[in-house]
Amino acid sequence: MSSIFSVVEMVRICKSFFGVKVLDDVTFSVAPGEIHALAGENGAGKSTLMKILQGVYTMDSGEIRIAGEKVSIHSFQDARKFGIGMVFQEFSLVPELTVAQNIFLDREHKNRFGFFDEKQTISQAKLVMEELGLDIDVTAKVSTLGRAYQQLTEIAKAIAGEAKILILDEPTASLAKEEVDALFIVLKQLTARGVSIVYISHRMDEIYQICNRITILRDGKKIAVSDLEDITPQEIIAHITGRKDVEMLSHQGKEIKRSSAPIFEAEDIQVGNKVNNVSFKLYPGEVLGLAGLMGSGRTELVRAIFGLDKKDSGSIKIEGNEIRIKSPQEAMNNGIAFIPEDRRRQGLVMEHSVKQNILATNLSSLSHLSFLKFSKINQVVQNAITDFEVRPAESNREVRLLSGGNQQKVVIAKWMATKPKIVLMDEPTVGVDIGTKVEIMKLVRSFADEGKAVILISSELPELLGVCDRILVIRKGQIAEDLERQEIRDEDHLQMIVQGIKV
Amino acid sequence: MKLVNIRKIDLRSTLIYWMFAGIFLFFAVLLKNDGFLQSNNLLNIFRQTATITVMAVAMTFVISAAEIDLSIGGVAGLTSVVAALMLRDHGLIQGILGGLAIGLVVGTLNGLLVSRIGIPSFLVTLGMQGVAIGFAALITDYHPVPILNDKFNTFFGSGTFGWFPGLLCWSFAAVLIGWITLTKTTFGRRVLATGGNRDAAEFNGINTKNVKFKVMLISSVVASIAGLLYAGRLQTGRYEWGAGDELSAIAAVILGGTSLFGGSGTIVGTFFGALLVGLINNGLILAGLPVSQQQIIRGAIIILAVALAKKK
Repeated sequence: MSSIFSVVEMVRICKSFFGVKVLDDVTFSVAPGEIHALAGENGAGKSTLMKILQGVYTMDSGEIRIAGEKVSIHSFQDARKFGIGMVFQEFSLVPELTVAQNIFLDREHKNRFGFFDEKQTISQAKLVMEELGLDIDVTAKVSTLGRAYQQLTEIAKAIAGEAKILILDEPTASLAKEEVDALFIVLKQLTARGVSIVYISHRMDEIYQICNRITILRDGKKIAVSDLEDITPQEIIAHITGRKDVEMLSHQGKEIKRSSAPIFEAEDIQVGNKVNNVSFKLYPGEVLGLAGLMGSGRTELVRAIFGLDKKDSGSIKIEGNEIRIKSPQEAMNNGIAFIPEDRRRQGLVMEHSVKQNILATNLSSLSHLSFLKFSKINQVVQNAITDFEVRPAESNREVRLLSGGNQQKVVIAKWMATKPKIVLMDEPTVGVDIGTKVEIMKLVRSFADEGKAVILISSELPELLGVCDRILVIRKGQIAEDLERQEIRDEDHLQMIVQGIKV
Repeated sequence: MKLVNIRKIDLRSTLIYWMFAGIFLFFAVLLKNDGFLQSNNLLNIFRQTATITVMAVAMTFVISAAEIDLSIGGVAGLTSVVAALMLRDHGLIQGILGGLAIGLVVGTLNGLLVSRIGIPSFLVTLGMQGVAIGFAALITDYHPVPILNDKFNTFFGSGTFGWFPGLLCWSFAAVLIGWITLTKTTFGRRVLATGGNRDAAEFNGINTKNVKFKVMLISSVVASIAGLLYAGRLQTGRYEWGAGDELSAIAAVILGGTSLFGGSGTIVGTFFGALLVGLINNGLILAGLPVSQQQIIRGAIIILAVALAKKK
């Protein structure tokens, strides 16, 4: 069917879990040296398809061909034999080993006595890095590297394993702009050597920047395959969501009454050398964006406001009253909620049910003399599930079984149930599909419209531009710019301000 | 609206009941002529496991919070000795309060070291166990201290409440209070959240240090109650009482289906786990096996049971 010769072809793949079809007759092929985007909402079947290719799951029917030949893949080892490498979203590196040791982990060079040959390992690792055009000290411990270098080490590890097909799952989720650029240069270099890349991402701009073709899955079915030149972002989103009329985020101009009393005031907040003397005010109805590079101090600022980290100095007022916040409990009692950046590690207990997770932030309001009020709990949980459209709508399902977008909805639902006045959000849409992203942003807007306020950290500038009334640009722990939404022309304009380029 | 829930039978979570039934039947057939099924013997199983049951209930909270307490055996022994000495020299109330004070002091120390200083509970309680046993041996010079107070021995040991054997009441009370606390109170939820994901619990406004402190304190206080039960049942205080009970209690908890890694716990499972440990001990003794063989079989059964109960 496809005229292009393919390195890997997955033909008519079907897979069911417990009678639920998660992949239905999906065909997917990758040409040599291409970067092929795999797109779809969370739960559309992208990761299941890739896990079949890596031998984690076994397909019910269909076949896999590598370079035209039918193969069977039942384990990671099989996959590696056929040149399939995976760069994990959660890194698979051992932090206390060096870069070189990690690259050759589980295929160590041994000398003739059967001991590890450290010299050989290091020289081989250097070779790999040279090929990739990377300047990384291979004798450094992985734990001392930044996220981006860890990511690149992960790629080097796959390449050293002679990977011909590299699967990247949301590789830029935790990278800053310049790190993303470095990654893309490496990827381009790899394709020039004939390596094919499957690129899973929710970020539309990246897909257009780097990919040649795109395959879109929805509800376990293949919806479309196209060269990226022949498809518009609107078409992609329509395919992904299955809705014709997807509203993109667009800013609705709104007047914030700055003459009224502020709902929240931060004065001279100082946290070590991470946050320097930050002061700002927040008014009822306002969504305040915090823009800035990774490590600029945005996260540290909100963590300190929420009482997770100690403030060295500074004061916080809510509705004009000065309050002391030294712990998250005190922040909660004063009507502050915090949606953390890492929902798996900080937001949820993954093995607990939706109900238990929602209950965790609402223990005092849903109990009497510390005895739980079960009928009220069920009612609150049911309302939360309905209001936030958590799917599947089962309160007793463990959250680890939910898709990323639905997990995030549970995090937001449990905090909204505390009836906060101010919500702090740190990258609330990371790893969330486009449909859910829009829902979350609408929610932010409608929450603010009730006369409350939101502080939103996001690295996705279109998101900030779509929903914020005012944006603070944070640089080196200080407020570098304080901009009304109207003052910012477009994404490029904001990008330049964030990068510190004068315009 | 009440609907009868027809649940799929989950072998893993109900395993403890199947094992309990299976081993019970096995002994019932094998030891029919050795008096296994006589009501007196069955009651004995309950009596002998009362101390383990009580401690295992508290241990369920400790393990659910992703901690461990290895000092409970030592605390029970020290408590029995201190209570016996205070009874002899000062009187009934002083004896009981003195015993409980041991649990309070050790529990507070354990709790502070674990939650404030951040030393792993495994190490803190391993050390504390040695301190407790050594201290008990030191103040009695290794000698048993007889308890002649009948009220004490009746209340904590051989007595009955109405027609109901006292030790059974202690077991049932512990199980009931533990079950209510774990499933019906905010404290139970905080324990499970802390054990399930401490970071997330902290972000959710749960004071996880406080939770850890409390479970360590509860565990020690309950261990000192178990020490009083030893003293009452055996009518002596002795530093050796309770030796090795921490392992029986942990086995009971894990057999019952509580996750060793924290985040999930079941008190009813623990109860049956403790009974199963007692049942095995009793059956092996009745079967007339020498202590060496008892130990081998007991150990093997526990490993097998935990292996079967392992999460797939």
